[in-house]
Amino acid sequence: MRVTVRLFARLRDLAGTGELIREVPSSSTAQAVWNDLVLEWPALREYEKAISVAVNAEYARMGAGVHEGDEVAFMPPVSGG
Amino acid sequence: MATPPVAVTSEPLDADALVALVGAQGDGAVVTFAGLVRDHNQGRRVEFLEYEAYEPLAMRALQRIVDEARELWPSARVAAHHRIGRLEIGEASIVIAAASAHRGDAFAACRYTIERVKQIVPIWKREYFDGGDVWLEGAIADPDDQGARDKAYRIACA
Repeated sequence: MRVTVRLFARLRDLAGTGELIREVPSSSTAQAVWNDLVLEWPALREYEKAISVAVNAEYARMGAGVHEGDEVAFMPPVSGG
Repeated sequence: MATPPVAVTSEPLDADALVALVGAQGDGAVVTFAGLVRDHNQGRRVEFLEYEAYEPLAMRALQRIVDEARELWPSARVAAHHRIGRLEIGEASIVIAAASAHRGDAFAACRYTIERVKQIVPIWKREYFDGGDVWLEGAIADPDDQGARDKAYRIACA
């Protein structure tokens, strides 16, 4: 199945894109999507313990299930304000 | 156009509009906070900042914070607008207005809101300084982290 991945700030810089379509096995989790990204961009690994994840623009856990067509966002520590 | 209570916008922020939105006749206090682009950071001379947001989630997070503040200080009404895009030194990146019957709740609700923004709103700033640029990274956003909520509350009530 296909999911849309969104990356922000330095994660976007490390991957060279802020939005990409990824093919992942059905009944994957956000963690599995992340692991797949890290295989392609090993530099992302340093964020393993520091990312937040959202599924369809709602905060979620890395163990959350993802489904066909979902938007899965990975976010580095925030710095608004 | 009516001012919404929460917003993420590339337009300059208007504190007066937020005050007008939250202030009710008969209230005793309105507190506003504006976060400005500082000309220095960690020993570097800052030239400008660029803010990026995950907009739909940033809107939800701002709304969540305003709701939390309302729960903690039921008499308070809070509005918060965050700006994104390129901001020059001295420009406001965020404006918060909190109104209440008494100053204590208005100050506390306002302070709580900015502390929570820094914890959980998916917005990032890239600092362009004399000699380079760098993404700034603060808190790992987790809206359900009760410890973070408690910390924001303690700061607000200090």
